[in-house]
Amino acid sequence: EGHIQTLRLDCVEYVKLLNKYAEKKSALGTLYLTATHLIYVEQTNNARTETWVLHHHIVSVEKLPLTASGCPLLIRCKTFQLLHLLFQRERDCQDVYQSLLRLSQPVKEEELYAFLYNPHQNEEDRRQGWEFISVANDFSRMGLSNDYWEISHLNKNYEICSTYPSILGVPKNASVAVVTGSAKFRSRGRLPVLSYYHKDTKAAICRCSQPLSGLTSRCVEDEQMLQAISQANPNCPFIYVVDTRPKLNAMANRAAGKGYENEDNYSNIRFQFQGIENIHIMRNSLQKLLEVCSVKSPSMSDYLTGLENSGWLRHIKSVMDAGVFLAKAVCEERASVLVHCSDGWDRTAQVCSLACILLDPYYRTIKGLMVLIEKEWISFGHKFSHRCGHLDTDPKEVSPVFTQFLECVWQLSEQFPCVFEFNEHYLIEIHNQVYACQYGNFIGNCQKERLHEKTFSLWPHLLKNQHLYRNPLYRRSLESTVLRPSTLPLHFKFWCGMYNHYDRGMHPKQSVLDQLLSLTQKQEEGERTMTELQRVSGFVVVLSVWRGIRLT
Amino acid sequence: MEFAELIKTPRVDGVVLHRPFMPTVEGTLCLTGHHLILSSRQDNTEELWLLHANIDSIEKRFVGSLGTIIVKCKDLRVIQLDIPGMEECLNIASSIEALSTLDSVSLMYPFFYRPLFEVIEDGWQLFVPEEAFKDLESMTDEWRLSEVNKDFSVCPSYPSLLTVPKDIDDESLCKAASFRHGGRFPVLSYYHKKNGMVMMRAAQPLTGTNGRRCKEDEKLINATLCAGKRGYIIDTRTIAVAQQAKARGGGFEQEANYAQWRRIHKAIERSNVLQEGLIKLVEACNDQSHSMDRWLSKLEASNWQSNVKEILTTACLAAQCIDREGASVLVHGTEGTDSTLQVTSLAQIILDPACRTIRGFEALIEREWLQAGHPFQQRCAQSAYSNGKPRSEAPVFLLFLDCVWQILRQFPCSFQFNENFLIMLFEHAYASQFGTFLGNSVAERLKLLLSQKTVSLWSWVNRPQELERFLNPLYEPNNLVIWPSVAPQSLLLWEVPLQMHEMPKEHMDCEISMC
Repeated sequence: EGHIQTLRLDCVEYVKLLNKYAEKKSALGTLYLTATHLIYVEQTNNARTETWVLHHHIVSVEKLPLTASGCPLLIRCKTFQLLHLLFQRERDCQDVYQSLLRLSQPVKEEELYAFLYNPHQNEEDRRQGWEFISVANDFSRMGLSNDYWEISHLNKNYEICSTYPSILGVPKNASVAVVTGSAKFRSRGRLPVLSYYHKDTKAAICRCSQPLSGLTSRCVEDEQMLQAISQANPNCPFIYVVDTRPKLNAMANRAAGKGYENEDNYSNIRFQFQGIENIHIMRNSLQKLLEVCSVKSPSMSDYLTGLENSGWLRHIKSVMDAGVFLAKAVCEERASVLVHCSDGWDRTAQVCSLACILLDPYYRTIKGLMVLIEKEWISFGHKFSHRCGHLDTDPKEVSPVFTQFLECVWQLSEQFPCVFEFNEHYLIEIHNQVYACQYGNFIGNCQKERLHEKTFSLWPHLLKNQHLYRNPLYRRSLESTVLRPSTLPLHFKFWCGMYNHYDRGMHPKQSVLDQLLSLTQKQEEGERTMTELQRVSGFVVVLSVWRGIRLT
Repeated sequence: MEFAELIKTPRVDGVVLHRPFMPTVEGTLCLTGHHLILSSRQDNTEELWLLHANIDSIEKRFVGSLGTIIVKCKDLRVIQLDIPGMEECLNIASSIEALSTLDSVSLMYPFFYRPLFEVIEDGWQLFVPEEAFKDLESMTDEWRLSEVNKDFSVCPSYPSLLTVPKDIDDESLCKAASFRHGGRFPVLSYYHKKNGMVMMRAAQPLTGTNGRRCKEDEKLINATLCAGKRGYIIDTRTIAVAQQAKARGGGFEQEANYAQWRRIHKAIERSNVLQEGLIKLVEACNDQSHSMDRWLSKLEASNWQSNVKEILTTACLAAQCIDREGASVLVHGTEGTDSTLQVTSLAQIILDPACRTIRGFEALIEREWLQAGHPFQQRCAQSAYSNGKPRSEAPVFLLFLDCVWQILRQFPCSFQFNENFLIMLFEHAYASQFGTFLGNSVAERLKLLLSQKTVSLWSWVNRPQELERFLNPLYEPNNLVIWPSVAPQSLLLWEVPLQMHEMPKEHMDCEISMC
């Protein structure tokens, strides 16, 4: 992103970029609007600083009341960046405001950056990029198909469930009739299917949406489906059915013909609520958290009270608690677990993917996390377009569900600094990319909707830069263990690196991570030089011998 | 007195020890005059050696004839002993209670401890004021070493040698001393080599309600100002608290009499409030509800993090006045033995790279805490679990270490030592085999003949074998002033001393040193 593209639509000079902490340090520069970015260029003496903000990252633009020093414009980003600009002329402010409103809220999918972005790759590379992460491969990695589970192609045309992937893991002894019948008894046809198979214990994590049980309805096929899941695990006579919602919410759904499993109708299930709140509560919670983050020099007391009132860490803990419950059931009780919420694409995705990370060290690697996101989120129909507000649609659909998942992973990495192959930058980069719409991965709401033909995949790009995302403390020797995190409240921290990412002054001034990364890099260089030297000196020896010269 | 009289049952077999995050150990429990020992008499299992002096309180429980003693330590560890036999359990409990509450200092373990290592470098001789003054002399000739407090009669809590402005004679010092709380007249705390500015510390002036003044005191501190320059007085109390102090004979410097000084009030809590905070914090950590809201509101109510923020902010302010404003600073609160020392020592860590080395940090603790008269024995007599009525206990030093940890976390490559070093100091301040933290002042330590009768902590710590685990593998000396962020988001809860963790950090350090 070296020079400014010629695509420039607009440019305003003498714009002030206010510094929240030191007004004197506010910058004076030029604002450019391109088709894709807002660029602020500050020129002081010989130093040129550029701030690039992707239009898709902008969540709101707000004109603040006129002040003596100019017309202020407040730009909030989905990456939690805040830009406070000050224009000299009202007219400029209004123009930029109008332009940004239009640019930051595309209406049609084709307007998204991904359809414009070309990283100078040929068609073959592009196609291969999309094949790089394969959910099918992950099934074989887990050991599918085997005596208990098989891969079903019943949904290859998305006919059984339009928001599910085309391949599904199902119990071997579940007949087609049971699969299709069960789908009819589940909200939006999201029937119970395999999320993760734990080889060591033969226990499985399965996921689905809520049953259409209402107050009295039942469905033989659905009951048989759960029975089949139970029978697919020879090590445990029962399965847990985990409804990740608070009990009240689940009960309310019964009145609408939905609800939760009646233990009397299903043989050998143990039913459990987990109490994770819905997307609206999460959205409001983040809103409150961000208000706390943006207060200028709050007192400790205000901050802690604000943090508590936001409820954010309570929600993070509830997701973590549910993930830990699943992992424990699988590895300690050797029990299979069926997880659902309402539609099974938000809380269910969070909890299943978190449990996978706790159970399987593969998902703690750079590539493994890609696979996990591809599997539990993208292919199982987490509605990225709606939840991230890619397009100008219903704001009530927006919710930081995926952000919460990334935060849970971060919380784990704080408790277990040596078991993740990746570092914090990786999680933050994925978060930024989810909202950037630069690659096609997170556009659309389910696999069926996703258009890979015209866009590039993020994963090869991340892999190319993986040196930036490595955790120097990662030790493969520790990888075989199941993670048993503490879920005591005091072990949950506020993620400053994410929510105050752009408040550099708040971060440690020296970073252990960066220091170690540069040390490892130096070490690698050193080793390379060493090998090179050895090669050269070996060559010299050969050469000298050949010429009959004595070396000493 | 014989310890044996207090030990009703010296040993019990079949005792089971439970410690958080560790496997249980079954073995024989032995009580000695100073230790509670649990040994499994098997190889490879760790024994427990606990100093009675470390025990803050105990609780007894009985189920049938099985007794349980919960031992809560001053270093905030909590352990559980299951003891078969009600009588044995009662005997053990009452013995521990008696042995852990001995009042006489001379019965403390340091007077009985004989080191199993050869003392190569005697820690008692390491940090003498004369040496520190030599360093100062090489930079400036404006100061002198005064013996006015030779017999500790001018100020009982000060050391015998004090660094004061050259032009102020001992007679003036005595007059200034009589104008300051506890005789703690302004003395040099730190000389900033970069610009020649100084930081001084004192106790509150005794202005009282009728606005007493003392020309010698004014002269003393004015002597540290360059011509035409203003200095800053940092009063660690709020203006309201400082006003109230007048009624009790204390007070603050009146503008009229100290025209060259600008007074700034900060709000560092008094020590008794800090103690309540520690108790609340530990209570919050042990809350069994596991509710996030409860935790956050209890954490907030403990004010612990607020205290950390306030202390660091004040230290930054002092450092800023010196380094950025190029002004000299006088720091005081009420007595000048608590919040004052927190501020002056932290400001030095910010300003002076030498304080970030192991030796330099030890010297800082000696200078600004031990010799400066922080009453360690009073402050560390009890901790968060004590059932006793608090007297003058307060986690002043723990808060200081917490603040150092915050800076260390923000500048992980700027300190020669690691977190373990801070934890070690915390533990030894509350209970130790070494004599370093006994007594409340230099005078008391002399009277106890500590340097002859006990081993110094530094004699042990500075041995290469011990130092190893305190070294920070990422250390790269830098000569910069390091400004920590005091935003609430930047200040984390220092978990390790709270004993809520499963030995994580050491692990990480070892990983780092492998890189």
